[in-house]
Amino acid sequence: MTVALSDYLIVSALLFGVGVYGLVTKRNAMRLVFSVEILVNAANINFIAFNRFLWPSALGQTVVLFSIALAAAEAAVILAIVVVAYRVHDDVDVSELKTLKG
Amino acid sequence: MVDVTDAAFVALTVVTVGGAITALEAREIIYGAVGLAASFFGVASLFFLLDSPFVAVFQITVYVGAVAVLVLFTVMLVREGRWFGDSMGPAARVAAVVTVVALVTSLVSSFIAAGLSTTSEQANAPSFVGIGQLLTGQYAPVLEVLALVLAASVLGALTLAKVDPPGEGDALAKAQAVDEREGS
Repeated sequence: MTVALSDYLIVSALLFGVGVYGLVTKRNAMRLVFSVEILVNAANINFIAFNRFLWPSALGQTVVLFSIALAAAEAAVILAIVVVAYRVHDDVDVSELKTLKG
Repeated sequence: MVDVTDAAFVALTVVTVGGAITALEAREIIYGAVGLAASFFGVASLFFLLDSPFVAVFQITVYVGAVAVLVLFTVMLVREGRWFGDSMGPAARVAAVVTVVALVTSLVSSFIAAGLSTTSEQANAPSFVGIGQLLTGQYAPVLEVLALVLAASVLGALTLAKVDPPGEGDALAKAQAVDEREGS
């Protein structure tokens, strides 16, 4: 048995499922950051797997490089927001952060 | 006879998905951060298995090297004893698990129905010469814009993280003052 395309897609789907589970059940801002990062990784696995199996070209890998760089930028901003929320509210429970609520 | 690639794939799947579950379910969030780093490393190894060594090294550099360390520092900065019970109630969690299992099952069955389980790898893997040509040629403007986005986000993060002391009249100080009044 060799590893087929669907095997990689199944790993990606499992990661996606874990990420969605975390995103809907967690209230701690740090866990939400973890979930988002897991979701981005699941998407990147899809890109590379399809690139390797169906359409071998450097373009797929280049797009994933861009995606990783964007995810890093996003993580930096989110973590700064978490630190600010902790300093201002002394808590990172997202259901308690209501300063912007209308 | 078990193929080495198959064994590696199964092991990496366990590390990747197990690390992700640890990241979300570990009681101490610091262990969760370590599990997240393990999951990132598993994904990077999957990229190696998919003959994309450049992306794999980039993933290790950025995710395991930068993002995981950033997450660890943030966890240490905002650490406190209130990490327990940071989930929704048991009913919401069961509903979430059922929904996610249904979602993943439908995804997997659609992969198999689409005939992707018989697709095997293409003969020639793309080399990183092609990546270099794309990054310096057709996609050079994207690279430049991405560099600007990264710089802007780091500057924005620094500006955000610098909370002025109360009494300066800015929004954050006012919010803090309101909080302190409500707390007393």
